[in-house]
This record gives sequence, C-alpha cells and structure tokens, in this order.
Amino acid sequence: MIPLSFFTCGVHGGNDESKNEPYSQGEYNVYSTFQSHEPEFDYLKSLEIEEKINKIKWLPQQNAAHSLLSTNDKTIKLWKITERDKRPEGYNLKDEEGKLKDLSTVTSLQVPVLKPMDLMVEVTPRRIFANGHTYHVNSISVNSDCETYMSADDLRINLWHLAITDRSFNIVDIKPANMEDLTEVITASEFHPHHCNLFVYSSSKGSLRLCDMRASALCDKHSKLYEEPEDPSNRSFFSEIISSVSDVKFSHSGRYMLTRDYLTVKVWDLNMETKPVETYQVHDYLRSKLCSLYENDCIFDKFECAWNGSDSVIMTGAYNNFFRMFDRNTKRDVTLEASRESSKPRAILKPRRVCVGGKRRKDDISVDSLDFTKKILHTAWHPTENIIAIAATNNLYIFQDKVNSEMH
Amino acid sequence: MGEEEGLHQTPLLDTMFVRGLKRKCFDGEEDIEGTLAGIKAIPSYNLQRQSLLDMSLVKLQLCHMLVEPNLCRSVLIANTVRQIQEEMTQDGTWQMINTQSTGQTSLDRLVSTDILCRSSREQAEGKQVPGYSSFNKDFEDDQTQDSSETMSTSSSVQTPRNLQSNVWEMENPQESRGNFQKSLDQIFETLENKNPNSVEDLFSEVDNSYYDLDTMLTGMMSNTKMGHCDGLETFSSPTTATSNSNCKSDLNELDHIVEILVES
Repeated sequence: MIPLSFFTCGVHGGNDESKNEPYSQGEYNVYSTFQSHEPEFDYLKSLEIEEKINKIKWLPQQNAAHSLLSTNDKTIKLWKITERDKRPEGYNLKDEEGKLKDLSTVTSLQVPVLKPMDLMVEVTPRRIFANGHTYHVNSISVNSDCETYMSADDLRINLWHLAITDRSFNIVDIKPANMEDLTEVITASEFHPHHCNLFVYSSSKGSLRLCDMRASALCDKHSKLYEEPEDPSNRSFFSEIISSVSDVKFSHSGRYMLTRDYLTVKVWDLNMETKPVETYQVHDYLRSKLCSLYENDCIFDKFECAWNGSDSVIMTGAYNNFFRMFDRNTKRDVTLEASRESSKPRAILKPRRVCVGGKRRKDDISVDSLDFTKKILHTAWHPTENIIAIAATNNLYIFQDKVNSEMH
Repeated sequence: MGEEEGLHQTPLLDTMFVRGLKRKCFDGEEDIEGTLAGIKAIPSYNLQRQSLLDMSLVKLQLCHMLVEPNLCRSVLIANTVRQIQEEMTQDGTWQMINTQSTGQTSLDRLVSTDILCRSSREQAEGKQVPGYSSFNKDFEDDQTQDSSETMSTSSSVQTPRNLQSNVWEMENPQESRGNFQKSLDQIFETLENKNPNSVEDLFSEVDNSYYDLDTMLTGMMSNTKMGHCDGLETFSSPTTATSNSNCKSDLNELDHIVEILVES
C-alpha cells in the first residue's frame, strides 16, 4: 500500500523531506524538500496555528506520480510528487531559451527529441482540506478503497473524499455536551487495511474502539471495545496517564492491532476484547521515575510504533535515541541507538542496555544518565523489506538488515 | 503501596520538603502532630500528594498564550488533579486543610503561582489566564473561610469542575474572549491583593528565576535532565506575603478603583 521506494519525515519548519531509497553508501542525499504548511493565525481565538506537521501518510501509488497527505494541527493537504528526468529539445517555433523564433529563419522542420536531464522533482499541492477541525488533528489514515481518508482530532473524526475539499462527514464525536465533563480524548485512529468499513480509534484512557461505518452514520457506538483492566498492584496517580495510547497500527494481515502507551507496546487480537495477546515492556525502568517525568512533561510524549512487513517484529522508539525491536516469534528483543557516533556508514549497530542498578556491564547506560531530550517518537518500517526509518530530532536514519534483507 | 511507588521521587520531592513544604506542615496544626508522631510514612505521603497536586495545578495554569494548549495533556492533568482531590476528600485531609489556620501561607502560594502565570507581556495587556483566576477564587474559598471578605463558598468537588471548565473554554472560540474579561473582573473583585499596585510590588521583588521557571514549565525544557529541578526548587520558596501587610491600604485603593470602573 505504501510506495516502496520513498520515506518521508516532517520537521518543525513545516518541511517535508523525502529521501531516496537505499543501497547508497552511507549518507543519503535529500531527494526533495518542500514547505508543506505555513504558520497561520486564528483571529477568532487569537491563537497561532503552528506549521508543525503532525502526520504524513503516503497514498497507494496509482500512476507514475506519488501522493501523500500531510497535516498540521488544523489543515490537511494532498501533495503530488512527480519526477522529471527528460526534456524535449529541438522545438520548431521556440529556441533553446523558449523565445519564439523569427519564422523567417526557420528553413526546415525537425522532430523534438527527449534528452536526459538532471532529475527534477516537482511537488504540487493538489487539495487543501481546511476548516474540518476545531481541535488539533492527531492522525490521518487512508482507506483501503483509495478514495477516502479520515482525520482525527482530540474529540472528533472526519471522513473525507480525496477529491472533495469543501465537505467532510463527521463519523465520531465524543465531545460532551458540557465541556466540564470531558475526561477522555481521542489519541490516534486508523482504517483497517482490508475492510474499508472498519476503523479503530484509541483514547487517553487506554481503550480502543473498533467501529463499523455500515452500522450507522455517526459511529459513536463502537462495535468492539478493547480495554485491559488495570493492574491493582501497579496503581498510582500516574496510572491513567501512562495507559493513554499514543499510537495504534493494524498489522498488515489485519488480524491484530499494535498499541503504544507510555511504558509498553501491546498486540491485540481483533477477536479478543478483554486483554491484549502480547505485552512488551519498552522501558519499564522508568516506572519508578514517573513523578519526575510528569514534572518535566516527558510523560506526555507520544511514541509511534510499527510492524514489519510480515508482522513478526514490532518496533518503537524510546529515549536517549534508543529504539526497541521485539520479535514476536522468538520473544527476543533488542535495544539499538540512532546517533551519529554509533552509526558510521555500514557499521553494524551494537545492542545497547540500560542498567537499573545491580550488575553493570561495560557499555551499559544507567537510567539516570539517559537523555530525555533525545526521544525517538517516529519510526517506520518498509512494507516489504528489512529497512527502517528512524527520526531523531533533526536527523533521519535509515537502517537495513543486510543479513536478512528478505522479510520472513 | 502503589501510590508510594509512583510518587517516590527522592531528588525532587526531598528538596521540596527541605525548602518549604515541610515547614508548612509543621507550622500547621498542632492537633495532628500527635497522631502523626508514630507514623512517619503518612505525612510524607500527604506532602508528596500535595506537591503533586500543586504541580498539576501549576501545569494547568501555565498555558501557552500564543498557541492553543494541548487538550490531551490538559485532560490527563485535570484527571490527575481530580483523583488526588477525591482521595484527599475521602481521607479527610481535604477538610484538614480547610480548617488549617494557614490562610496566610495559602495566599503565599497563590501569589507565587500568579507570578509564574503572568509574563510581563500579559501583565501589560491586562490579560489573565482564565482558568487560573477561577482557580484562585475557588481555592481561596476553601482556604480562607474565616476571612472577613465576602466570598461564596464552593465545595471541594466543584473546584476541579470550575477549573476544568475554564481550561476547556480556552478551546471554545465563542467564549474565550468573554472569559478574559470575566477573569479580569474576578481578579478585581475577589482578591484584595491583586490590584495593579501590589502586583507591581510583587514583580519588583521577584528575581529572574521565576521567569526561568515559567519558561521551563512551559515546555522549553531541552536542557532539563531528569532529577535536575533547580527551577522547581524556587517554586517551594515563594515570595513572602509582603502584599498581605498592604491589605488594608490596598482595600481602600480597590474600592477606589471599583468606584471608577462602575462610574465609567
């Protein structure tokens, strides 16, 4: 569903940078840069709308061009990316610079020929979907029908048609009649990869709701509610905050969902609503530090998660530029670091370890030395190959598994 | 206990104990000291919970004025505040705080958080964080019931509601403008030490560390590592109530100002 050869990342400047695909030796050249959104000012509320891009989603490729959706807090835009690497030369009526020729100098006719030229990437905005959201857009998801997509903000989810910008349908609305009663918001949402009528959305209380658009126009009643009962032994004032789901992703098979909350990633079977089938600890050593993390707001960081193409490995980011991978079959996990120092071209990434007191090995990092400003919130896995993209502050890292380049 | 685990933050909270909160607790009621004599754990938990409550309220008030605050974060913090207050109500500690004769120190805390909320720009524009002013009103209602000022009392359960409503209303386009004006009115009406003169005095005595705290808590924390909380330490040593000594004269000035406003 995702174009195979491109990765994108959004940065605060509102730029989209697409990096070309692999097998180049070390550092990648920037493929294209463009300004997706500009800062705006909402005069009614006297508030600035940041140009910061929250989410990017590629559309399935249907012709030579690539399309993607990018969104800031309020406006979603559809971009078309085309390449040009040939140009016609030898016009009859125009000269090389495009000026009209003096017809009296034209003595013979020629057929223009296509000559190669330096690759030129053109990015054009095709649609702007504005004024659909009162609250901040946190996710967008393209439907498997390739015609519609949905955008979710804190309280509502809208369904759009890719060709229509002046209308959207509201399919979920959890805004209470009295805002004083608000205790839960929408945190992420995604369409099912195969069933175009199904979608899931997650909440700040850690629950998932699977909705069927065939059931009713406004999907306020979920078809299924996925919620794990709270563990009473781990109860604290921070229990709710750390249970808030920051990302939800369907598996490629469509059978499972992956969720990320502050300390864990969980795999849910669509057929089982009572609890996840698998839970993996991302950084449980932070459980005793929650008060400090609450104080410095790190507890509100929203990490993404990703499946590999065969749904056998899941990945998510953490602090100190660490990211974690969990193999669902072997139950083994690894912690790797994305940083300039440890990632020379073609160097093999060394597994890292965080020690929590007790025995400390040579290269271990202690919990108190972790850098909480270096957080890996965005990660993506190539849909068919073992190539991953990791966004760390202002850098994009692309890693590949040379040994196992085929997915299995 | 789960709560103990969650709150046991030795670096931060220990410093807070030393600086100010511990003092406040001991300065407080003599009648609870006896009961607490044998149980060292309980005051520690209560203090930690109180400091968490304070921290949460500060977080809710320190909203970015230029960019809309993050609704998800606000909801989560407000839920935490409500949880704490519910537990305190069940414990009976909420009542204890009400009857404490620490109205003065509570005002101190209010004063210091007000400083944290207002940047010099906002002060110049006369703006006010709407939720905070409402919080002031409700919080003070609970704290100073023996005050001679006429204030409507509100129950502790209402406090989070009113707090929430004003926070959420920031997102509501139609009401946000009205809220600013309403809050401004509330400021002049309810808190006698909030007329412009005394606020100027407060600002003149505040050192820059408060502004650092403000920027720190509003998200520019790129340099902050875990456990490193210089800024928050200043939070626990608020400006002493110089304004309280000016209460009487300020009252007269306030009357004067209200007269002017009413006539205009």
